[in-house]
Amino acid sequence: MKLAVLFSGGKDSMLAILKAKEQNQVVCLISIISENKESYMFHTPNIDLVDLNSEALGIPLIKVITKGEKEKELEDLKKAIEKSIQEYGAQGIVSGAIASTYQASRVQNICNDLDIWCFNPLWQRDQISILNELIEKKIKVIIVGVFAYPLDDSFLGKEIDEDMIKKLEKLSEEFKINPAGEGGEIETLVIDSPVHKSKIELIEFKKEYKNHAGVYNITQARLEKK
Amino acid sequence: MILAINTCRKDLDLSYEEFLRPVFELVKERYEIMHYSDVDKDIAQKYDKIIIGGTALKDNDYMGHVEKFNWLKILAEKNNTKILGICAGAQIIAEIFGGKITKRKEIGVIEVLIEDQKGLPTDMKSAQVYALHNFSIELNNDFIVGARSKDCVQAFKLKDKEIYGVLFHPEVMNKEIIENF
Repeated sequence: MKLAVLFSGGKDSMLAILKAKEQNQVVCLISIISENKESYMFHTPNIDLVDLNSEALGIPLIKVITKGEKEKELEDLKKAIEKSIQEYGAQGIVSGAIASTYQASRVQNICNDLDIWCFNPLWQRDQISILNELIEKKIKVIIVGVFAYPLDDSFLGKEIDEDMIKKLEKLSEEFKINPAGEGGEIETLVIDSPVHKSKIELIEFKKEYKNHAGVYNITQARLEKK
Repeated sequence: MILAINTCRKDLDLSYEEFLRPVFELVKERYEIMHYSDVDKDIAQKYDKIIIGGTALKDNDYMGHVEKFNWLKILAEKNNTKILGICAGAQIIAEIFGGKITKRKEIGVIEVLIEDQKGLPTDMKSAQVYALHNFSIELNNDFIVGARSKDCVQAFKLKDKEIYGVLFHPEVMNKEIIENF
């Protein structure tokens, strides 16, 4: 089946791409860039780096900028999905949704209206198993946003490796935060994977952190040959 | 031992991840997984519990093969097997035992009213459920209705049998239904 993957540049959507590619063809990525930093539907830090990831993956990208008003975001997503059908022949949508019934049901509704498939292969997955699968599948991911105590600026820019997973697991037990960050506690950026034709090199970046929330603001990055 | 039956169309590997894996990750007993097309009465009778899972919203493949579940009638007669149908599984159970499948879309978190605890597979902690279907069920008097949404039956039990159906997805919300099965 020809599939379009909803892509934020983060670990969950990257894992969704790998799973979609196992027995299907990923014909394009769809990224919705929200001007609303607290978007109801879409992840926001550094989302313009999706263009680099799209180029590195060799998969075309449909990118839509949305004002971030609640229901307008959904109209924009629907238009982007329609475009994936018309321009790339997408027969279904894949998302990396894990537990958000809000996000998942809205994407399901749109796909249902358009009579196309909707797949969420990470649905209800255990959080730590998601992080471990990143390591197992050699997906290189860095933390680019932290939004909950006690995640401080020391996490920004750090790679999710085995030590980081142990650290996040310990914090999740102690502070009841979601170790895979789907509650919005952490946002990540993929910089390499086995299906990346090039890897992303960060050139210029700055940590911005205040009141238990911070982002790793990447202002310049480029692709490096592997 | 629990038999977890996959109702997804065979090529839908991603639906297996979405609808079956979350179910068998919640069960507390040993389990085996089989596709519905490979299950017959001889196989089904080996298990003391069976869960018939759901599938993708667009996947109606199972509806063309409900006769593959005729073994449910044999198991019902013997009354030795506890059975839970989830979404597609509930629709199948309803149809096999004389109910009707009707068109009814419900997507997302919805409110349900508990009508009769006897019609529920376990005590439900929440009156909210996660629905993902384009079809609902109409039942005859052979069933006890356990819960309803404003639009349709959400949970039922076959009278005098340990055979249950839930139209919603307990692997998402109300996980105790699977954990306590």
